[in-house]
Amino acid sequence: MSKPYEAVGLTEQEYKKIVETLGREPNELELNMYGVMWSEHCSYKHSRALFRHFPTTGKRVLQGPGENAGIIDIGDNLAIVMKIESHNHPSAVEPYQGAATGVGGIIRDIFAMGARPIAILDSLRFGDIENSERVKYLVDGVVAGIAGYGNCIGIPTVAGEVGFHNSYNGNPLVNAMCVGIIEHDKIFRGNASGVGNSVMYVGAATGRDGMGGASFASVELTEESEEKKSAVQVGDPFMEKLLLEACLELLETGSIVGLQDLGAAGLTSACCETAARGEGGMEIDVLKVPRREKGMLPVEVMISESQERMLLIVEKGREDEVKSIVEKWGLHAVTIGKVTGNGRLVVKEGDKIVADVPACSLDSSGAPKYYREYEEPGYYRELKQLDLESIPEPGDYNKTMMDLLTSPNLCSKEWVYRQYDHMVRTSTVVKPGSDAAVMRIRGTKKGIALTTDCNSRFCYLDPRAGSAIAVTEAARNLVCSGAIPLAVTDGLNFGSPEKPDRFWQFREAVIGIGEACRELDTQVISGNVSFYNETETQAIYPTPIIGMVGLIEDIDKHCTMHFKDEGDIVILLGETRNELGGSEYLSRIHGLEKGTVPRLNFGLEKKLQAFILSAIDKGLLKSAHDVSDGGLAIALAECCMEKELGVKVKLESQLRTDAVLFSESQSRFVVSCSPEALAELEQAMAQQEVPYRVLGKVAGKELVIDINDKNVIALNVKDIKEAWRGAFECLMN
Amino acid sequence: MKFGVIVFPGSNCDIDCFHAVKDALGRDVEYIWHDDKELDGFDCIILPGGFSYGDYLRCGAVARFSRIMEAVKAHAASGKLVIGICNGFQILTEAGLLPGALVRNKNLKFICDTVPLRVETTDTPFTSLYKKGEIINIPIAHGEGNYVVDEETLRKMKENGQIVFSYVDNPNGSMENIAGVCNEQRNVLGMMPHPERVCEEILGNTDGLRLFESIVTALEGRR
Repeated sequence: MSKPYEAVGLTEQEYKKIVETLGREPNELELNMYGVMWSEHCSYKHSRALFRHFPTTGKRVLQGPGENAGIIDIGDNLAIVMKIESHNHPSAVEPYQGAATGVGGIIRDIFAMGARPIAILDSLRFGDIENSERVKYLVDGVVAGIAGYGNCIGIPTVAGEVGFHNSYNGNPLVNAMCVGIIEHDKIFRGNASGVGNSVMYVGAATGRDGMGGASFASVELTEESEEKKSAVQVGDPFMEKLLLEACLELLETGSIVGLQDLGAAGLTSACCETAARGEGGMEIDVLKVPRREKGMLPVEVMISESQERMLLIVEKGREDEVKSIVEKWGLHAVTIGKVTGNGRLVVKEGDKIVADVPACSLDSSGAPKYYREYEEPGYYRELKQLDLESIPEPGDYNKTMMDLLTSPNLCSKEWVYRQYDHMVRTSTVVKPGSDAAVMRIRGTKKGIALTTDCNSRFCYLDPRAGSAIAVTEAARNLVCSGAIPLAVTDGLNFGSPEKPDRFWQFREAVIGIGEACRELDTQVISGNVSFYNETETQAIYPTPIIGMVGLIEDIDKHCTMHFKDEGDIVILLGETRNELGGSEYLSRIHGLEKGTVPRLNFGLEKKLQAFILSAIDKGLLKSAHDVSDGGLAIALAECCMEKELGVKVKLESQLRTDAVLFSESQSRFVVSCSPEALAELEQAMAQQEVPYRVLGKVAGKELVIDINDKNVIALNVKDIKEAWRGAFECLMN
Repeated sequence: MKFGVIVFPGSNCDIDCFHAVKDALGRDVEYIWHDDKELDGFDCIILPGGFSYGDYLRCGAVARFSRIMEAVKAHAASGKLVIGICNGFQILTEAGLLPGALVRNKNLKFICDTVPLRVETTDTPFTSLYKKGEIINIPIAHGEGNYVVDEETLRKMKENGQIVFSYVDNPNGSMENIAGVCNEQRNVLGMMPHPERVCEEILGNTDGLRLFESIVTALEGRR
């Protein structure tokens, strides 16, 4: 028979630590509380030790990691609040609700800081969509779930990515990011301060749904996971809309000392975290907690992950004021306990004490912290070997282009974002399908640009370099909009940290992100770690998703990726090298996932980003697009799509033709300018020693690429647009 | 002249309508709580988009019982202007202020896109500044925008010119491509597309602004 601590996911050593802390054996409730709080999902016990690699402080950082969400200053007393979170395992077994509640949870994290949520982004990864009905079912359910929640609550879903790879066959990734806006002097934190203040509960009643969700997220998926559907919560976006409006109205009254959402580990986590950040102690009575079902045990009340609930710390004597505002929104607020100064989290059932533990022993400061063993996996060196000579070049590049443009990873994701209301709140200036979404900040001239990014094939082949590339590519996306990159929220999705090769991937990735963030002066202000993304047969490719925000001081100057007018000059900034390693082309056309990932030169990268920003600011560019998955040829095609404008490109190169077209060399941009602006632009590029080449002109209705005076690609833009737009729907049907 | 935007629990385009009127149109506007009783002093009432009461039943089926709806009915009966956008349109059909009903989109999915509409009539206080037959681009964002109505009513609506907007490329399966309709008296308009989302150049176009300007023209002419 398994030991009681094993049933709650703890080790013998961890159990001993609890006994030592308490000076006695824990009772069942206490053991369960430790079980959920010390799960990887809540405590980051395997990952915390590595976070020192991240830059987390800077002159714009108002709140770094450790709170419900991070906050970055955008000037004029305004700040952006943001966080990303995973809901991978719930979405694997119950895609609609798993994804929907992922969105609901991250929205609560944002308004728990006092901010008004203004945008949602989602980064999704699925398995082989071309050969699996299950994958199609997951895609359909996850997208509908995100749409169902975000559309109903009325927060636009403005950007994100959808990627496909076999490694996600049994374990999809659903990472949702929420962004909010706040004035500096209205920032709230999840603090239970002021001994004697009331602890109030508001929102949905507590049911038996989502029991042990945090623990479920902290083990690998197995055949039996399907039976864990009860660990998946059910979302009610309408309830959350009311909760959001009620909370923001409450914060205006000054009666609220702190607030905290009830997320993973439910009441247990909300109580111990607010207590640990505040006076240190709290006493609550489970009998006062509104319940959905009869006969619930204290342990069920304490670890339920029912959605749409918040904990409020209310100034003593102002409870009725809180109640009346909450009731105006059709909700109820109940006092369930009070703040104490004795450092204990005491749970009562009526008069009876049913749990009594030091509050800070439960949260991440008291949880165990592991320095896991790591070991370079055998594949790492082996897969670096790539003999390009042995790879035949395609005979028909038009066909290769079409194959790439209609492939799952490169085709238009309109089928997805058309289901998301991306315009509600009328602030979305650049809509999905661009490098980054651009939102205006109402009442100011400012705008922000938002993106998520991660090339997991690069991260598999070289986690450190791949993760650094994810950060720089996210920054390039923002820069193309005219935004200065400010801060990062990272969604780190990996396999089991208990396996040394997986932990090596994680460690390398963290170091890579840290290095790139330091180079680009973009701090990591919040994030999420999701381990155990593996099934019995395989782990996912390491997928550190980088969510990034940038600032546009004058929204009227923002830039987009599309070619605008015939006759405009098209220029490539940066250098193209023979870097087909890990490319989409190599994978899709040749079935090879190997080689050295493209080299990243931070000096060049920074020089180019600064140049693009200044050129946009001076109004010299009519479009800017970063060159990423699929290389130069795909980037050019993407620029043509929106206005169905052709382009005539002439290139001279010593490289292989496929490398010229599809190499994924870093630090490259395709820009266009009016013929009149060319001289000034060229002068500036020469002066600042920016490597560039004039490629040709926006002209006609065809995408034409000649290399060394030989035509290699000639495709009708309307035709490729139709194929590219329709490809996703074809995959789904 | 004053506009009012009703806030139901779950409304989420209330802020968009408010700002379209206040910032783009430059007119007075106030929010009105669903539990209020009076609409005195308002000239045009907007029922905004969103998911009133979560729309867990038929869309708008609960909101029509809100206390303010009695006042909206009286406001309409007195000949004053009412416009329901998206969820607001659904509520108006549920409340019996407009004919027909909105059911699930033909493809069973939520659709958010900017689509071309044809202005079918300019003989309403909401469309006088458009040209008849003009094509305008207005966003849609709905899961249940598929307009249905019985044959007899449809015949009458056509006769009376009550079809105000139609889709150029039917996105949701609506009968006769219907995107917006008015009542017989022509003072109540319901439409699934969102004119309030395209009232400023920075949001893509200003095709929606002329709808609000038409209202101003009608109200000013009346004085």
